[in-house]
Amino acid sequence: MQRYWQVLRLFWGTAIAAELEYRLNFIVATVTSLGGLAGSLFGLFLFYRTGYQFQGWSWEAALLVLGTFTMLQGFSAMVLIPNLNKIVTQVQEGTLDFVLLKPISSQFWLSSRVLSPWGLPDVLFGAIAIVYGGTQLGLQPWNYLVALPPLAFGAISLYSLWFMLGATSIWFVKIYNVTEVLRGLLEAGRFPIVAYPTAYRVFFTFIIPVAFLTTVPAQTMLNQSGASWLLASGILAGALLWLSNRFWRFALRYYTSASS
Amino acid sequence: MLQKSLKLSRVMLSVYYAYMVEYRAELLFWVLSGTLPLILMGLWAEAAQGGQFALGPTELVQYFLAVFLVRQFTVVWVIWEFEREVVEGKLSPYLLQPVDPVWRHFFSHVAERFARLPFAFVLGGLFVVLYPDAAWWPTPGNLGLGLLAVILAFCLRFVMQYTFALAAFWTERATAIEQFSFLLYTFLSGMIAPLALFPDNVRAVVLWTPFPYLIYFPASLLTNQGDDIVQGFVVMLLWGSGFFVLNRWLWRRGLRQYSGMGA
Repeated sequence: MQRYWQVLRLFWGTAIAAELEYRLNFIVATVTSLGGLAGSLFGLFLFYRTGYQFQGWSWEAALLVLGTFTMLQGFSAMVLIPNLNKIVTQVQEGTLDFVLLKPISSQFWLSSRVLSPWGLPDVLFGAIAIVYGGTQLGLQPWNYLVALPPLAFGAISLYSLWFMLGATSIWFVKIYNVTEVLRGLLEAGRFPIVAYPTAYRVFFTFIIPVAFLTTVPAQTMLNQSGASWLLASGILAGALLWLSNRFWRFALRYYTSASS
Repeated sequence: MLQKSLKLSRVMLSVYYAYMVEYRAELLFWVLSGTLPLILMGLWAEAAQGGQFALGPTELVQYFLAVFLVRQFTVVWVIWEFEREVVEGKLSPYLLQPVDPVWRHFFSHVAERFARLPFAFVLGGLFVVLYPDAAWWPTPGNLGLGLLAVILAFCLRFVMQYTFALAAFWTERATAIEQFSFLLYTFLSGMIAPLALFPDNVRAVVLWTPFPYLIYFPASLLTNQGDDIVQGFVVMLLWGSGFFVLNRWLWRRGLRQYSGMGA
């Protein structure tokens, strides 16, 4: 376990050192994520400006969902996109061989090799949106703390789904855009799940668990979700993580290196 | 001259069509990744049940289906390819050929539209089966104008993105410009809501930008909700020719700057 921490420190230290060569990128990333947040707020405002309300969600409460979504977006820009979208290249060029030969878990190597700091502005602005909405609603520090476990569960679920989709490239090789399909569907997480018609709700709860990624953490913050939702969220994260590991091992049995 | 260019376009189209069909599975995933309009369709259809908005649920469902289709036929990715060609020096061999390299990109985009056609129509058909109430047919006039607007929207988006792509001659990250412009495109083009639902002052400003003409204008024509048709086409042509002039100027300046890295 300690070895993994050490390796992780080395991975991220070198990755950040390499990325910091492009300091101008930080300004670009900040401006882009500020623009993204402004656009999301505008999109939400279009619903609320005539007095319509997502069932039981005031404007401030909807901001909590939007903030959670923005934070998760930052998380995927930092960890998921730079790592998992590269699995395809590794398979295509046959460099996955070198990863498999290393004396650590290949899933760990593939999921944590790089850390991109350019997702930080998103995490920051998401947190600001949450704190703003929370202050308006009079939330206590305790409310934010209690939302951390479901948020972490959401991040784990998201990672596991993304990793499993990336792993299918063992069979289909040129498939990096399958994760784009997932990203497109995740956009649904910008809004509380009750805002959707019933069929959408079923889809986004049971098939692509978007509800667990953003709505459940926000509800926990508002103290509206019962323990059962929290429990379901934890079980889902655990099951998906376990499944992603099994699936990776299964996929590796079909791996026949390329060009070597 | 004319005969030569006809032959050229036929050859390029057939080559790139064959190439695109080769990657059918990939293409299907690109089609499926454009689900944002369908997500918003659900939200707006639910929101409009109460009748607090200028449009009813059925009109909104039709609008967003049209947005989905328009978006399918106006997807442009030239900047990613052009940036790579410049950074890796792959542009050099193309410059030796007696054809402007832009035509390769243009025809690969056009050929991809034909390869995408079946997927998009299957999804559209599936939708009509699921929501028979919302099925509609544009009037022949609107259909013709709508198709013309879709073609112009594709050309406008292509020339805009290709103009941004030319920045690759001076910087290594031209795609950053596109990422920012894509934000404006997402939020101002009518992809998240028809412009009729925007506040009046915002709409007045947005109508001066090229973005609503890329999605909202063709989609509203196709759903028989179009207004200010002449003005729309004029604005499209003005923006299009503006970008075209800028594009040719940057291209000439850029070629002088280009050093053929890595080649």
